[in-house]
Amino acid sequence: MAFERNMDPKKTPMPTQDAEKRSHNFEEVALGYTYEMAVAEARRCLHCKNKPCQSACPVAIDIPGFIGRIAEEDLQGAWEILSASTALPAVCGRVCPQEHQCEGKCVRGIKGEPVGIGRLERFVADWHNAREDQKTEKPKANGHKVAIVGSGPAGLTCAGELAKMGYEVTVYEALHQAGGVLVYGIPEFRLPKAIVAQEIEGLKKLGVKVETNMVIGKVLTIDDLFDMGNEAIFVGSGAGLPRFMNIPGENLKGVYSANEYLTRVNLMKAYQQDSKTPIQRSQKVAVVGGGNVAMDAARCARRMGADEVTIVYRRSMNELPARKEEVEHALEEGIAFKTLSDPIEVLGDENGFVCGLRCIAMELGEPDESGRRRPVPVKDSAFDIPVDAVIVAIGTSPNPLIRKTTPGLETNKRGCIITEDEGGLTSRDGVYAGGDAVTGAATVILSMGAGKEAAKAMDAYIKGKNQ
Amino acid sequence: MFEIVKKEPLNATVTKMVVKAPLIARKAQPGQFIIFRALPDSERIPLTIADYDREKGTVTIIFQIVGRGTMELNTLNVGDSINDFVGPLGTPSHLDGLKKVAVVGGGVGCAIAYPVAKKLHKMGAQVHAITGFRNKELVILEQDFRDISDVYKIVTDDGSYGEKGLVTDALEQLIKEGNQYDEVFAIGPLIMMKFVCLLTKKYGIKTVVSMNPIMIDGTGMCGGCRLTVGGETKFACVDGPDFDGHLVDFDEAMKRGAMYRQFEAREREEECELMQKEVEG
Repeated sequence: MAFERNMDPKKTPMPTQDAEKRSHNFEEVALGYTYEMAVAEARRCLHCKNKPCQSACPVAIDIPGFIGRIAEEDLQGAWEILSASTALPAVCGRVCPQEHQCEGKCVRGIKGEPVGIGRLERFVADWHNAREDQKTEKPKANGHKVAIVGSGPAGLTCAGELAKMGYEVTVYEALHQAGGVLVYGIPEFRLPKAIVAQEIEGLKKLGVKVETNMVIGKVLTIDDLFDMGNEAIFVGSGAGLPRFMNIPGENLKGVYSANEYLTRVNLMKAYQQDSKTPIQRSQKVAVVGGGNVAMDAARCARRMGADEVTIVYRRSMNELPARKEEVEHALEEGIAFKTLSDPIEVLGDENGFVCGLRCIAMELGEPDESGRRRPVPVKDSAFDIPVDAVIVAIGTSPNPLIRKTTPGLETNKRGCIITEDEGGLTSRDGVYAGGDAVTGAATVILSMGAGKEAAKAMDAYIKGKNQ
Repeated sequence: MFEIVKKEPLNATVTKMVVKAPLIARKAQPGQFIIFRALPDSERIPLTIADYDREKGTVTIIFQIVGRGTMELNTLNVGDSINDFVGPLGTPSHLDGLKKVAVVGGGVGCAIAYPVAKKLHKMGAQVHAITGFRNKELVILEQDFRDISDVYKIVTDDGSYGEKGLVTDALEQLIKEGNQYDEVFAIGPLIMMKFVCLLTKKYGIKTVVSMNPIMIDGTGMCGGCRLTVGGETKFACVDGPDFDGHLVDFDEAMKRGAMYRQFEAREREEECELMQKEVEG
């Protein structure tokens, strides 16, 4: 080892934009490590033999391997190790819930803070993407054709893996821009769209074709795709259907699903000053839910000019499912948290616009099937929060368009596509699925893991068939 | 990119366009819609398909210039291309088994009513069409309806063309004359559909309406197009756009439809005063 190990119990801090300043702009919050910071942080890694971090990574990145190269100041070497396992490192370094995955298992985390694995991943990816001399060799064609439905993290990963094997890959996207939840959902300040665009450009250089405005199940069906000569199809259509609360007043003007709100702000660029996208400029906003999507919506509302933004969540701060960093950033930006509160009615004015949210207080009872303590309503505890917009971020479920138009494709009662194994084979021969379309709303990295496994299974299937 | 092969103004604020979109033309059915974005940074706007030609691979749209998005679409001419054009979305109209139907269109809604009437006519059903407009200048698709209707009535609010009155007057007259309809299709402004439904409820005739609320993606993703139908929340984009008119909460739909009215009005003011009068008049 040519360097001295850094035994600082704390992570090298991430430079961030000032909280007050950033709550009025959409520029990225976390600014990224400098070269010196990255090398210093990389030298905190103990290089454990059993690599607990790697086993906790859904795409099994050789984490000590790439970090070791950073420590030795060999960034090209770090990139090669990283890119061998993940197609979207610049994305994952930013949005993975590292505290529940790699960093959650880091031995340094026992007595101090874990190694900043996500930050280092981002550093290497950004370093690579900033280089102008990067070359992508287009793989040799193997003469087989496959189709990918959906251009979110699952679809893009699957497409990249298959393209590298030499397949002729076409990705079909329903919206007018590729990227799925990475472009319509996750906001600019957390994941700049230029990064997603760059990752997609990288895939195109590998020969992947991306067709937008293609709602599979409507424009073309899965069977049409087979008729067009595709030998296997991957369905990564996500979980795009918003859930609502089913309480009175939910159809008042000013009640948005998080999907609609985030799509208007991000994909339709309502955040830009000269944008033509209509959106309500609200002063007091309640966001219902406690996940990453709720944090994103709340922080967008703040940036769109709301003075008061309140997260309304039925459990306590300890149970928030959002990524820890997002909760911290939200708090820094002045987002209020009204926990142990459950909405029972949206209140409207005489013109049908939202004017308040009526909630009841909750207390935590016995643990439920998720292992978290179940929230129980407190009697006679109703109270009103005056708001002029309510954003509902309580989850999504898979879109029914594909299951409705694909005979023989089995789904469960929640509408999720049923798969046989980790390879993602569905009840239809040659049709594979992965990501939120199978699991219901989950994380970017889990979707990527599914896309990667499915690519292997599809390759094996096509090879087996052609023998 | 989707090339415009024909463009024809139908009146001062309504334009017809025939667009090259072979994949959509291959699958389109009456009652379905497309979503377009005229330019790379335009808003996404749903429009019901007015006609389609599977052989030529074209889809016809008829739109009223209401806000920025439709204004931008109207700046495009034959030979230009529409940036995004996606469909056919929504559930097709259920027309099977219908023998005698009244099709009621109001204003630009006639563009949506027309493919329904045309398909019914082709199926051999008896079609009684009623189309209503504010005045003579706004009349559209008169000959098209004449060609496919067994009975055709045209009414105007001010009596400047056809009979003076509302579509509900004409419909009630036909019912009173003893016409028994299997179903009524009513497509037009929300207020018109609401009153047609009040009338047909009185006579116990099943009535289908086509809802055209604000939406973004058209695939069930945003939930912006939600309506209350029979006490339940429905998404117009995937559950509709056709619904049983006797179950639709029109008052709520009208309020929701006005959500961005100030936005639309502002865009129009910047553009042309004459047009504003047409649209709001």
